[in-house]
Amino acid sequence: MSVLEKVRPARPAPAATRERRRVTDEHGRRVRIGELALRYLLLTAVLALTVGPFLWQLSTSLKGPTEDIYSSPPTFLPSHPTLHNYQRVADTIPVWDYALNSLKVATANVVTNCVGSALAGYALARLRYRGRRAATFAFVLAMLVPVEGIVIAQFTTMRELGLNNTLIGVVLPGSIGAMNVLLMRNAFRNLPYEIEEAAYVDGANVWQRFLRVALPSVKGTLAVVAIFAFMGAWDDFLWPLIVLSDPSRFTLTIGLNYLHGTFANDERLVAAGTVIAVAPLIALFACLQRYFFRGVGEGAVKG
Amino acid sequence: MRRQLPTSPWLFAAPGLLIAGAFVLYPFVSTLVNSFTDRRTLVPGGFVGLDNFRELLHDDMFWTGLRNSTLYILGVVPALVILPLLLALLVQKNIPGITFFRSAFYTPVVASIVVVGLIWVWLLDERGLVNSLLETVGIGRVGFLSDQWLLLLSAMAVTVWKGLGYYMIIYLAALANVPRELHEAAAVDGAGPVRRFLTVTVPAVRSTMVLVAALSSVAAFKVFSEVYLMAGPSGGPAGEDTTLVMLVQRTGTGLTGRVGYASALSVVVFAVTVALMLLVLRADRREET
Repeated sequence: MSVLEKVRPARPAPAATRERRRVTDEHGRRVRIGELALRYLLLTAVLALTVGPFLWQLSTSLKGPTEDIYSSPPTFLPSHPTLHNYQRVADTIPVWDYALNSLKVATANVVTNCVGSALAGYALARLRYRGRRAATFAFVLAMLVPVEGIVIAQFTTMRELGLNNTLIGVVLPGSIGAMNVLLMRNAFRNLPYEIEEAAYVDGANVWQRFLRVALPSVKGTLAVVAIFAFMGAWDDFLWPLIVLSDPSRFTLTIGLNYLHGTFANDERLVAAGTVIAVAPLIALFACLQRYFFRGVGEGAVKG
Repeated sequence: MRRQLPTSPWLFAAPGLLIAGAFVLYPFVSTLVNSFTDRRTLVPGGFVGLDNFRELLHDDMFWTGLRNSTLYILGVVPALVILPLLLALLVQKNIPGITFFRSAFYTPVVASIVVVGLIWVWLLDERGLVNSLLETVGIGRVGFLSDQWLLLLSAMAVTVWKGLGYYMIIYLAALANVPRELHEAAAVDGAGPVRRFLTVTVPAVRSTMVLVAALSSVAAFKVFSEVYLMAGPSGGPAGEDTTLVMLVQRTGTGLTGRVGYASALSVVVFAVTVALMLLVLRADRREET
């Protein structure tokens, strides 16, 4: 069950009482107005603290060249909003190419992780063969190794393969995350055996059982793997920083760092760059947040 | 009835095993091996025994990195164990619009660390928003990013800010499992909210707190991006804000990278990480018995 659903009404809260609608909690009890006001006050304060910095960044990116962005007291709304800074970022660094590189890397990461971890997870959860325990152990071990400790060796491995400074080199090390494999394994393990047995009796081979029976039943976990894979690749910094040296192949995060280092004196530009980098993710998350919270809860509870 | 091909289970697992083997397990082993060599990026290098580790002991930068990474744990972990729990309590109750707040509080987790780092560099700039506000209320401007210690403290604050939503979700799942009867019983006995929090909620989510402590301390020790972005590649004034992973990145990469020495540094990172996990898990077991 999802985290959100768990805290949502277990039994349906009465929609309306005799007198007027009352705000009720998850157990159908009335929430006192004073407490409610305090809660919203605190929620708003935290909201300002967590989302405010993003809005300030957005505001800075929309301020024109004649506006004082350093004023004290600060002015929150741009007096003459303009998209000019976005144009200037594109003139300064090939930001759309970088975004395209990030998109390629993130999309590839989603595909490889979904396919690879579903296959491997199924093999670990449902198939019987010698060496299964050893294979599971290998994934557990791989999950425990901290990436920060092996980046240098990953880099030399990439060099030996002739793949450093390529987008393939950026994707490969995380292309089938051990953590995702184990997540999928848990999802498959929680499926009742009966449904597959029926397919087996009907003569379905292992690929048919995997594709037609098992996989459709773990869509929720697969969605989480996909979202994690996308965000992970889109947001990654350390590994692309190490493996990429040619500016034409930069991903957006590396490009932003470069923009910041080179043009630190114009905050409007850097702000516009960060908005370009973060907007797609926030949009994606806003669309998928329901699946996301549900799936995270699934993994946490069942895992 | 068709039989499955004898090779097919391995076909399923092969891609995953190949990637994990080639890009995680093999690099892990080669990090261990390289730490005993003087390998450089373009030079194969030979066996030098414990020389790298001996050199570490005399390397001021190593001690600076170890100090900062350790300070990071001390600064970040208590905040990340407590604040997200309070936040989870705040968003737990199902009042109108709460789903919006939960998602909004998660935004910093979704945003990439580079974006977060650059946002805060701008906010904490000498002329940035925080300083404008401080000046407006009459406190005056503070050099958050120019003072060695304030810089480290600011980076910690950013790490906490970005992690709040993530650990909030973990606590929400744990809080959902706290039996409501316990709270009611305590309320009947006359315990106020604070008292109930300490005597009912905290013991009930204690194992989650340990988990959060373990996750956040391991992550804090390996901190890279926040400090790299806020202090710059060379680690702030005189490199005093360098962390261990920054040092690994700096010494091990580039054409003149000292792969052997960076590997020895990595081995230290592994060792401390594993030790931290064991420490936290042990503390958990001892308190349970």
